[in-house]
Amino acid sequence: MSSASTSGKQAAPASTRAKPANKAEAAADYLDGRLGIYSLAKANLRKIFPDHWSFMLGEICLYTFIIIILTGVYLTLFFKPSMGEVIYNGSYAPLNGIRVSEAYASTLDISFEVRGGLLIRQIHHWAAIVFVAAMFVHMMRVFFTGAFRKPREINWVFGFLLLFLGFFDGFLGYSLPDDLLSGTGIRFMEGAILAVPLVGTYISFFLFGGQFPGTDIVPRFFTIHVLLIPGIMLGLLVAHLILVFYHKHTQWAGPGKTEKNVVGMPLMPVYMAKAGGFFFLVFGIIAAMSAIASVNPVWAYGPYRPDQVSTDAQPDWYMGFAEGLIRVMPGWEIRAWGHTLNLGVFIPLMLFPLVLAAIAAYPFIEGWITGDKREHHILDRPRNAPVRTGLGAAWISLYLVLLTGGGNDLLATHFHLSLNDITYFVRAGSFIVPVVVFFITKRWCLGLQRRDKEKVLHGRETGVIKRLPHGEFVEVHAQLPQDKLHTLTAHEQYEPLELPAEVDENGVARKVGLITKTRAKISEGMFGEGNQIPKPTAEEHKEITSGHGHH
Amino acid sequence: MSHDMSDDKLPADTAEGHGEVAAADNPFADPGLPAHEVRRTDIDERAAKRAERHVSLLFIVSMLATVGFIASYVSIDPDKIVYIFPLGHISAMNFALGMTLGVALFCIGAGAVHWARTLMSDVEHPAERHPIEADDEVRADVIEQFKTGAGESGFGRRKMIRNTLIGSMALVPLSGVMLLRDLGPLPEKSLDSTAWSEATPAMPIQLINMNTNEPMKAEDIGIGSLTFAMPGPSALRPNGLQESDEDFQQQIAKDALMLIRIQPEDIKDAQSAALGFEGVLAYSKICTHVGCPISLYEQQTHHALCPCHQSTFDLSDGARVIFGPAGHPLPQLKISTDSLGYLVATGDFSHPVGPSFWERSE
Ligand code: FES
Repeated sequence: MSSASTSGKQAAPASTRAKPANKAEAAADYLDGRLGIYSLAKANLRKIFPDHWSFMLGEICLYTFIIIILTGVYLTLFFKPSMGEVIYNGSYAPLNGIRVSEAYASTLDISFEVRGGLLIRQIHHWAAIVFVAAMFVHMMRVFFTGAFRKPREINWVFGFLLLFLGFFDGFLGYSLPDDLLSGTGIRFMEGAILAVPLVGTYISFFLFGGQFPGTDIVPRFFTIHVLLIPGIMLGLLVAHLILVFYHKHTQWAGPGKTEKNVVGMPLMPVYMAKAGGFFFLVFGIIAAMSAIASVNPVWAYGPYRPDQVSTDAQPDWYMGFAEGLIRVMPGWEIRAWGHTLNLGVFIPLMLFPLVLAAIAAYPFIEGWITGDKREHHILDRPRNAPVRTGLGAAWISLYLVLLTGGGNDLLATHFHLSLNDITYFVRAGSFIVPVVVFFITKRWCLGLQRRDKEKVLHGRETGVIKRLPHGEFVEVHAQLPQDKLHTLTAHEQYEPLELPAEVDENGVARKVGLITKTRAKISEGMFGEGNQIPKPTAEEHKEITSGHGHH
Repeated sequence: MSHDMSDDKLPADTAEGHGEVAAADNPFADPGLPAHEVRRTDIDERAAKRAERHVSLLFIVSMLATVGFIASYVSIDPDKIVYIFPLGHISAMNFALGMTLGVALFCIGAGAVHWARTLMSDVEHPAERHPIEADDEVRADVIEQFKTGAGESGFGRRKMIRNTLIGSMALVPLSGVMLLRDLGPLPEKSLDSTAWSEATPAMPIQLINMNTNEPMKAEDIGIGSLTFAMPGPSALRPNGLQESDEDFQQQIAKDALMLIRIQPEDIKDAQSAALGFEGVLAYSKICTHVGCPISLYEQQTHHALCPCHQSTFDLSDGARVIFGPAGHPLPQLKISTDSLGYLVATGDFSHPVGPSFWERSE
């Protein structure tokens, strides 16, 4: 209160606010005066969250990320990111007297000397595996339900970047213990970098601080693994969550649910209890998993030496498709003008991010084809978007085919198959399988759409067989209740785009660009006849139900 | 471009589906939120009490498990290995700590979720959404404000300032890139040669058996067996390559040799036979694909297989690639014997070792 307005009189110190009823209210008042928490909480305390089991996939990602950070901090307290060499002398007898790096020795110490260290290491690694897997599945959920559509395209990109960075941080973390397996992975990386034309050798020398393997790589990777990438990921994650909060959650179609509302339970108390509780469930399960299933037992592999290799050299599963690409690629090499272009490695190296980027770009491509600029908050059932669902399934099948390639040696030894045959299969399969899967999935979706239509128009099968007066047996069909009818017919249907007429209304020839034509073609492929089943109309329904007795 | 084609092809905003008032004659109309269905615990106080006890029980189990965690931490010997079916032999401490921690955490979660599901209200509420996009008035206002600000800055008017600003901003990150230069030395020719390059016919370098650390003779190598070797003493390295050398890892990443002995008449490639000595051939152990060490040899076929991506080389035919992603043969080392009959190298590999790179000329 300025003195001018009270004309010199001493202003009363009290605020107009009622006296707090108890200590907690007093504390809240105190904070409100500094941070404005009441206005913040007003909109959010009872914020509505819709419920569906698949919405917890994102939560798993968030919680495993938190677990990774917690356990990661613990590990940094004991891990020595150094390639200085020491003679190992510790409680793992088989390696006593062997020359190892400090990084490797401290990993052994964490595993055998530090009480609970092995557990934390395992939780860290398991959580990382679950984190990447959950991101994958979460992203599929968002993809197949169309949750990425406006206004959420940007959040899709944030999510994609988190997945991509998660891959790399996983790879870097895997490389830190400096064991035989991780060293082999880094060697692979050196070879891949060397395949980059023009600057490959330079990048390699700057990365390794000279020739492979050098003595800088572990400390460098350590900083990138614990600081740089997690820092970026944390920023992206916060942005991702702010956007989720701001957009509010999507929901499935159903009675009372519209594009303009969100139906569910309030943050406090139900969602708080469920989501908070779920964190402990995830943490608990991962802790128990780490107690019983060992992952990355580095002591069994031994320290890294560039002239040795363990035969089961396999990357973590999420790098498996990159491994597959590199394994099945023919060894093409072009030598000319005193230079070597190693296409056999370089092409897979480029395909790896491209295959991923295709998914990142999808919302924009679909938005361009439909030309739809409206906001979408109601999810699509996958069957109602057959082409999108088919593309997603094709992408997953490509991933699996390449994963097969990445594990060709294991498949060969476990199933007594010829390694070469697997490789030839993967080469051909990478092109054929996704196409086949696409068409099967699309037909399947259309079949399901047809069944929905059937259900809406003729009701659901009751399993009751009735004999008609003239002797025919029929199954009694029961009408669906209105809420089911609504749910099954709530989805939207696009119509294929039509090219503008060749000549406009004044008879002047119109120029239709190639891009426009392509767009119309794709649109026809997505929404044209035979690519979606027209949903039943109210008239059709009335006609059938009002006519002869329904059966 | 998109406007002319698309707008009328979007599905109409389905009024029938989203009206609050269901049209009486439309069977597909939205009937609105269904009535809340009560749960057992909502009406039966005994059921509610039971649920309450279950939740508390879970929290109590969690407390006990945490006590168990602490007890395991202080009482179990970290070296103790136990057999637990079906897991096999595992660390007792890891198992006890992980299980108790897992139970302690899981039970908190299970209790909270059970509480939420049985005792907290499960009435669904609708909340309105508001369009993300601002309305036209706000939009026009902001654009106006921006224009005023931009006009006052003179950014558009003073072209010279604008262009030089853009130029300086574009260039300044280059300093950051330059600072990365000292991350490592320039490659120069270092990838082209190995420690064997010091060898000459006059000053050869002995081949040292990797396992025994001894020099070897041709007859030490059995037909069909694979032997690994590294460089012995030379003018620059009087003791030969030692594991304690600071650059051991770096050297061994390029110098490692794989020795095999083939009946001379089985060697298909005459040039390759000439580089060897009495059927003993010395190839680089480093795969030419991305550099894994090769470790599998099939004596019947003389094929060597890289375990990483299964490139297969025919060692009887100049280590030609016969399968897999490698792009060129394994480099071969020219060997002969010194006056005492020990195997020696008299020069470097036929071409650079390991994965190919842009500057590699051969
Ligand atoms: S490194 Fe040998 S096949 Fe790839």
